Amino acid sequence: MAATEASSSKPLDLTAKDTQSVSSYVKSGQPYVWLTAAAISVSFIITVALLCLTAARGMPHFWPADLLKAEYQEPGAEPVPMLAELVSEEEVSTARLKSAGLKLEDDKPFHTRDLVKVGNRDLYGADFRYLLDEWILSRSYPEDAVVLERMEWGNFHGFLEAMKENGSVIASGEQAWTAYAERQQRADRLHDELREIEKGEIGSINYGLERVRLDTRRLELAGKTRENAAAEYQELDARKAALDASYEKLRTRLVEIKTELARDSLVLKSVDGQELEIPLAKIARGYRPNAMGLFAKLGLYFEKLWEFVSAEPREANTEGGIFPAIFGTVMMVLLMSVFVTPFGILAALYLREYAKQGTVTQIIRIAVNNLAGVPSIVYGMFGLGFFVYFVGGSLDQLFYAESLPSPTFGTPGILWASLTLAILTLPVVIVATEEGLARIPRSLREASLALGATKAETLWKVVLPMASPAMMTGLILAIARAAGEVAPLMLVGVVKLAPSLPLDGNFPFVHLERKFMHLGFHIYDVGFQSPNVEAARPLVYATSFLLVLVIVLLNVSAIRIRNRLREKYKALDG
Amino acid sequence: MTGVQPTSSLRAMDIDALSASRQPSRIEDDVHAITVENLNLFYGPKQALRNINMKIAKKKATAFIGPSGCGKSTLLRCFNRMNDLVDGCRVDGHLNLEGKNIYDKDVDISALRRNVGMVFQKPNPFPKSIYENVAYGMRLAGVTKKRELDETVEWALKGAALWDEVKDRLEDSALGLSGGQQQRLVIARAVAIKPQVLLMDEPCSALDPISTLKVEELINELKKEFTIVIVTHNMQQAARVSDYTAFMYVGDLIEFGNTDKLFTKPSMKQTEDYITGKYG
Repeated sequence: MAATEASSSKPLDLTAKDTQSVSSYVKSGQPYVWLTAAAISVSFIITVALLCLTAARGMPHFWPADLLKAEYQEPGAEPVPMLAELVSEEEVSTARLKSAGLKLEDDKPFHTRDLVKVGNRDLYGADFRYLLDEWILSRSYPEDAVVLERMEWGNFHGFLEAMKENGSVIASGEQAWTAYAERQQRADRLHDELREIEKGEIGSINYGLERVRLDTRRLELAGKTRENAAAEYQELDARKAALDASYEKLRTRLVEIKTELARDSLVLKSVDGQELEIPLAKIARGYRPNAMGLFAKLGLYFEKLWEFVSAEPREANTEGGIFPAIFGTVMMVLLMSVFVTPFGILAALYLREYAKQGTVTQIIRIAVNNLAGVPSIVYGMFGLGFFVYFVGGSLDQLFYAESLPSPTFGTPGILWASLTLAILTLPVVIVATEEGLARIPRSLREASLALGATKAETLWKVVLPMASPAMMTGLILAIARAAGEVAPLMLVGVVKLAPSLPLDGNFPFVHLERKFMHLGFHIYDVGFQSPNVEAARPLVYATSFLLVLVIVLLNVSAIRIRNRLREKYKALDG
Repeated sequence: MTGVQPTSSLRAMDIDALSASRQPSRIEDDVHAITVENLNLFYGPKQALRNINMKIAKKKATAFIGPSGCGKSTLLRCFNRMNDLVDGCRVDGHLNLEGKNIYDKDVDISALRRNVGMVFQKPNPFPKSIYENVAYGMRLAGVTKKRELDETVEWALKGAALWDEVKDRLEDSALGLSGGQQQRLVIARAVAIKPQVLLMDEPCSALDPISTLKVEELINELKKEFTIVIVTHNMQQAARVSDYTAFMYVGDLIEFGNTDKLFTKPSMKQTEDYITGKYG
């Protein structure tokens, strides 16, 4: 207080004078707070909206919706009976409806149009229909309406007439449904056994036979004939005979199962009176949605959801699950990580620690950074030209000559796909690792050197562990980029439908030469190549949602590893 | 494994490695650990040290004082060849450790640095456990026996007056220690490999007064076993801990002698001006 009196004659005034003008508002910093907050909000909202949209469009697909029984009468036509699932409603302008050929006389600007799934593709040709809401008459939800998910021809909508065993009716009406429920379980069990034998055991027998064939061919190529290498041929013949014998046994069992499966069949009637008989062997699942309570429906919903993530696709990928695609995506990304991490770290180490810093290293660094901007399809071309044709072709010549002319590694496969993506993501790993290395304080390197460590020991024991979080950051970015990449994969190994996984029970268990399925490509395939657009649409969303989840999962696990490393080596922040 | 050396012979082994081609005629006396002869150092075209000649006494503390930029840290870093890390740095002249010029081509720098330890300005423990920090140098030297490591770690931490404070948390991160404790930890780390010479580059400049006092006490203890060379800004500290003091000024060694004499009766005018606070 004494100071103010002494310092000046003017009384001290700290009250703000200008609180209204724009310039004072700008100066206060408030606009920047709002601007930055808006930026982060928009990013956040977009992310959440993306997840919500894909989930909202994809996930209801698995809900067992009620079956609507109705009469649909177009003006001047006879009413047609319908048994359908309501998929969506939309408001459509009258002009558009008129140009689609509907006879509309009123002057309402918009009409409600429903998309319904009528099923029965074998009877009607298409299983989705657009209906004008106001022409639907006499709606009801009969309890005994049945949905059958079939192995072929999509869903069947209709009513159960009778249950047949060996061609003779054993139950009809309501009893038929009870009889069916039990028999479906039996059929499912037989189906599982059938698949087990076909895919598993016969699969490995075929694999064994193929190996015998290749071994025989190898002997022939080596110039050994049955005369001069009798023992070897005998051994092969014995192997082949053993395989043939076990195949024969399995084949008998297979025939048995197939006859058992063919025993039961259902007699059904569609809503327009067409009768048809479907063997249980062709039915994947049957339920009566209108008779189910909420919990029963929830149970079925999760059962179908689980089928989606755990089963193999059916019917040109529009039915069934997408497990092979999930598996292929994850395995490809993991393989890519295995290739890119050591390679990128070594390159970064040389560039940062050993190379003389100068123009040349600077040029190399710029070149590496620019590699990240090369369109991914170009990497695909490189992968095809270099890895598949050149490296793979040479490998075939050298080691797999017996199976030529059919290629082993000289054809797209998961190994080449992951190597191509490893090159694609290499710049990210190099840049991140370099930054991590540059951030290690000089004092710690000196501490190690002063204790008699050589440069290599210092790098290995002090610098690399401390830079490991940065390397993980590089890997996280690499995973994020690789998991979402589709274009280059189409050239180097992804297929619409892979007959077998790249990992199975047949020696040597990991089959890197095999083609694989990928979620990203699956989305493209289902979305653009599917014959059944309406059936495919929700699957596109559901698969997208799953792809995002898989990437998030991969990233979260990498981030957790990084955080543990950071915790361990947090000296950097000090 | 029988290849593991007992700790006591570690030092002898390193010296042999260091002086593999030593001349049989040993002209060095037993009193001096290091002799510096006509040492010149250049950073590119710029000369940072001019014609330095000095002898560092064994098992005594020698302090380098002088104003900032006088070359005292540079000279210190010549003793374990840390200057090699600086691009464009060139050294002429001789720097003999136990009669062997450490700038000879055949010198194993790792062996040299195991014999000439160093403590830096700011505490720089590794982001590892306390135990692993102290054991680091020994592990580099190939010691793998747990018992031997345990004993030496304990010995070094006791020697650095840190044992009582950390004995119950040897596996905790060294980064959890206070600044003063960290500095004593890095001293223990340097001592653990039993060097002959311990270089200290302003070891107390980042520490509070109490920690400084502890480190100074420690230096007084350590000089019973090691030859200590310490660079300091603080003349009182030099007077308190050192037996000999060198005053440097812009790359020249102005005066070098007994600490008491240098501070009470300096023979050079520049020294007197510096210690009386006329510049610096």
